[in-house]
Amino acid sequence: MANSDRTTAASDWESRSGESRLRRVLEAGQFAVTAELEAPDSADPEDVFANAAKLGGVCDGINATDGSGANCHMSSVACCALMAQAGYEPVLQVSCRDRNRIAIQGDLLGAAALGVRNVLCLTGDDVSAGDQPEARRVFDFDALQLLRTAGIMRDQGVLLSGRKLTTPPAYFLGAAANPFVPPQDLRHLRLAKKIEAGAQFIQTQYCFDVPVFEAFMRRARDMGLHGKVHLLVGVGPLRSERAAEFMRSRVPGVHIPDAVVERLAKTPRKSKREEGIRICVEIIEQVKQIEGVHGVHIMAYRQEETVPEIVERAGLMREKPKE
Amino acid sequence: MTSFAESKRMPGSEWLKDRPRLLEAVYRGSEAGLRLLYPVLRRVLPAGWTERVFVWSEEVSKGYLFNCQMCGQCILHSTGMTCPMNCPKNLRNGPCGGVRQNGNCEVIPDMPCVWVQAWRRDAQMERYGGEIQLLQRPVNRSLQNSSAWLNLLEGVDAQGPPGWSAIELE
Ligand code: SF4
Repeated sequence: MANSDRTTAASDWESRSGESRLRRVLEAGQFAVTAELEAPDSADPEDVFANAAKLGGVCDGINATDGSGANCHMSSVACCALMAQAGYEPVLQVSCRDRNRIAIQGDLLGAAALGVRNVLCLTGDDVSAGDQPEARRVFDFDALQLLRTAGIMRDQGVLLSGRKLTTPPAYFLGAAANPFVPPQDLRHLRLAKKIEAGAQFIQTQYCFDVPVFEAFMRRARDMGLHGKVHLLVGVGPLRSERAAEFMRSRVPGVHIPDAVVERLAKTPRKSKREEGIRICVEIIEQVKQIEGVHGVHIMAYRQEETVPEIVERAGLMREKPKE
Repeated sequence: MTSFAESKRMPGSEWLKDRPRLLEAVYRGSEAGLRLLYPVLRRVLPAGWTERVFVWSEEVSKGYLFNCQMCGQCILHSTGMTCPMNCPKNLRNGPCGGVRQNGNCEVIPDMPCVWVQAWRRDAQMERYGGEIQLLQRPVNRSLQNSSAWLNLLEGVDAQGPPGWSAIELE
């Protein structure tokens, strides 16, 4: 297995050019793989390195979540800075839930200074989803205003106030899409708006319902959106039907069809994990065929060690990053 | 027990909100009316009273109809005549990814998602339909509790933050 190709070979390229490697992979027309880092509940950098090491060898980018599910973990800026320092390609997730525009613009500058080249602009799960629901929700920006502001900082070289930046950040900007929640028939409009606001890549919510995703992509293609953005489909292995039930009832925005839950329920206990991986690989194989799909984003919550196996079984291993 | 979301709904207002074409006609009428009324009020009322009249009447009328939150920068006609500040995340540019499968809000489970309603209503609107796709700039929080009507007539914050408007003017 050709591990570590993507990180080591590409990392000296990055230090040379200072540009996003993820962007380079996507623009070269390669099928990209990104994955989600488990942000540690810890103050030890080694925990970030250990978690990133599970993913680095097979991924073109590693997302650091920004208090996902409104649960507190090590900050996304810190996780990304540590990953950049270790030669990985981090994707900084920025949510509008916890910080106002002043803090967010400051973080965007700071993260760029620490070597982060990719930003995923999110609305953010509500505080009520997490384990500190009594917290204040901020939402000073929404995801599109955040996206546009990051673009203004990069392209106009100014802050929202108009004040000039001596060195603007050079970001590859992304946004999320969730084709699986209502109003499903209009979700492509939101995608269009995000592209207009400056999204260069999209990472979707978990896809467990390929027909719904296909319909979404058809509508997006009808609007000509597939040529305007790099779209990575969110996927992930389910550990059991119980995990599936938990996710679809408790994690905001996750839709899992009954058929998937039943399939896991019917599987004997000791092979459930394997079945979850198999479902994930099947979904990757299906979405890969859809026009306008440029990669997958693997969210293997608390089972990051399965990511290399998923990548390999889905036939997504790459020998060497193209020079 | 009446839920929070239900208690926010005034009798008849849901019926009216589901007639966005009627509301958009009312909107255009009242904008024209206010433009005429404004200079008169300015002349006849003592200092500070034009503001009072505007804030009070806006609070009562839009409060009843839209559960208006007095953000002071109204975009109702661009959001299917559905007040986006009723979204607990204050989103101004469309629904979040947390909408429940029944179309209700992620945060307030017994409230229909503001944006699901807004999108449906926008599609029915004649004059402003489609404006929901316009990118709305960040909210000017310093206008909270002021009159959006007055702000419009007086051109308060017509430009938005300098960095943002540089792009809008391009
Ligand atoms: S579900 Fe709708 S109303 Fe609720 S927070 Fe999300 S966008 Fe706002």
